[in-house]
Amino acid sequence: MNAVIKNPSAQSDYLIQLTDITKSYFSGDVETPVLHGINVSIRHGEFVAIMGQSGSGKSTLMNILGALDTPTGGSYVLNGKETSKLTDNELAKVRNETIGFVFQGFNLLKRMPLVDNVALPLLYAGVSMKDARKRAIEKLTQTGLGTFTKRLPNQISGGQQQRVAISRALVCEPALILADEPTGNLDTTTSSEIMQLFTRLNEENGMSILIVTHEPDVARYAKRLIRLKDGYVTYDGPMADAHL
Amino acid sequence: MNLMQVFLEAFRAMGMNRLRAGLTMLGIIIGVGAVVLMLAIGESVSGDINKRISAMGSNVMVIFPGSSTANGVRAGRGMVQTLTLADAQAIAQLPSFNAVAPIVQQPFQVASGTTNWNANVMGVTPDFFVVKDWEADRGSLFGDIEIRSASRVAVIGGTVANNLYGESNPIGQSIRIRNRPFEVIGVLASKGSDLGGGDQDDAVFVPFSTARQQLIRWGQPGSIHYALAQAASASQVQDAVYDATQLLRIRHRIRDDQDDDFTIRDLASIAEAAQGIATALTLLLGAIGSISLLVGGIGIMNIMLVSVTERTREIGIRMALGAKRRDVLLQFLTEAIVICVCGGAIGVALAYAGSVAITNFSPMAVGISMTGIIIAFTFSAVIGIFFGFYPAKRASTLKPVEALRYE
Repeated sequence: MNAVIKNPSAQSDYLIQLTDITKSYFSGDVETPVLHGINVSIRHGEFVAIMGQSGSGKSTLMNILGALDTPTGGSYVLNGKETSKLTDNELAKVRNETIGFVFQGFNLLKRMPLVDNVALPLLYAGVSMKDARKRAIEKLTQTGLGTFTKRLPNQISGGQQQRVAISRALVCEPALILADEPTGNLDTTTSSEIMQLFTRLNEENGMSILIVTHEPDVARYAKRLIRLKDGYVTYDGPMADAHL
Repeated sequence: MNLMQVFLEAFRAMGMNRLRAGLTMLGIIIGVGAVVLMLAIGESVSGDINKRISAMGSNVMVIFPGSSTANGVRAGRGMVQTLTLADAQAIAQLPSFNAVAPIVQQPFQVASGTTNWNANVMGVTPDFFVVKDWEADRGSLFGDIEIRSASRVAVIGGTVANNLYGESNPIGQSIRIRNRPFEVIGVLASKGSDLGGGDQDDAVFVPFSTARQQLIRWGQPGSIHYALAQAASASQVQDAVYDATQLLRIRHRIRDDQDDDFTIRDLASIAEAAQGIATALTLLLGAIGSISLLVGGIGIMNIMLVSVTERTREIGIRMALGAKRRDVLLQFLTEAIVICVCGGAIGVALAYAGSVAITNFSPMAVGISMTGIIIAFTFSAVIGIFFGFYPAKRASTLKPVEALRYE
């Protein structure tokens, strides 16, 4: 088992290294392959968009990248740590420490004040309630929601909810932000605000960001594009060279 | 997540769904309340019976004439005069007996000054107080001297003392029975009611000889209404009954094919039967309470399962944010336990209120015992763990991907 690498750059420049990743679903004896040997490497500080139509396998890839699911075959090294063979508890730890999730439907806990929503990952990391709240308020302030800490998610707008979700993703200082259709439930104006926030996090804070989307307008904010089709990577290169 | 936070989360989850938490809790409240109150009632009933048994005196049996079959006609108690003072004295000589107290009795209107009261007047020997284990609260009892001299002295029960003398001290005062003045020499300690519910303190006791010669003119001079006898020890009660039966059959010249012309009733066996009924009652009440607690527990499991299904997405989100299986398991288990323990606390409080109400509005004094409370609390926590575990286990084994996708 690999040790947790405190300073990843000492080990490798790569944040993510996918080697021959395959994923199949089984129903009885019938095997349905979804990913056919994905090879992708992503460096620290990259801003990558993964595109593909439904059925292309991008959700499956996203789940594997997010340590929510394990691949059928191949190797996935995340932040210097082999992740494809981890147990449930080790995966939970990886999700907690290394990845910050942003979802399409925001996925805030409805009956919990914003500050506690943001503080939740810290509690699972073992931080005391008091410190967790303090750090949560700091993050909310950074994303411009410092005055809303005691409100409930349904008392603020969709764009604001997504900012809360981003604050929550950032609160454990993860190596990677993984955003699944982060603007899917937002109008165009709010979408571009959220994407600008991601851009700023990437450019000013050097945060590695991976977004999964099917909207070209959203994907365009990223610097690099990975296109999936039928479980294969059909394009992997700079956004500027891609034909969206 | 540490335990403190897990508890806070559990309370918050309850606060988020107050109606549901309240209704779920209601099952446990009723269950725990029922168990605690039922056990308390059962305990108080058997405590009451124990008190009455000890008030009867220990190892006591009653010997009374009758139950003889003469020409097919069975005479009732008190109608026959087959039992005599000599019989009682003979039984007292048996080694299996400690004391035998012959008794004659008749209700009289007793009076002191201008007040009067209807009381049972009993002619007894000093052995009576031994058998009944009865002491004087004030003054003294009469002894053999008063028996021999057939003195006009009386020892009165607390009820008679209250009704005739009120607040003033009865000792040395005069009490008139059948218009003959007696001197009150003692007031007995209160015994309360007997097994049949009669007030034992509502009686006047005079020396047997005095009663027989001056008050109760009934039947043959030597005959007695009944006798109270005390066996030498608890283990000798059966022997004593047998010995007395044999002795009386010989003394009364009863042939082998004839029935006894007396009855010996062992009060301990009656008391045991009563005690058995009380125990059965306690068990029955406890069982009824336990069933409602069980139903409450199943209610908890039901609601927790619904809650797990309903909060599948929340579980997925928590897992994505780093919750381990253990965290999810603990979260749901703690919720179940918190509901149970809160319900248990409210249940105990309600049972306490119920016991106060019963004590105030019925003749029964019901006290909640610490044991009952501890049992109920432990039971409700165990119910919470037992019925909360399955739903919690289910929640914790959800796959994060599927839980997140759940709508």
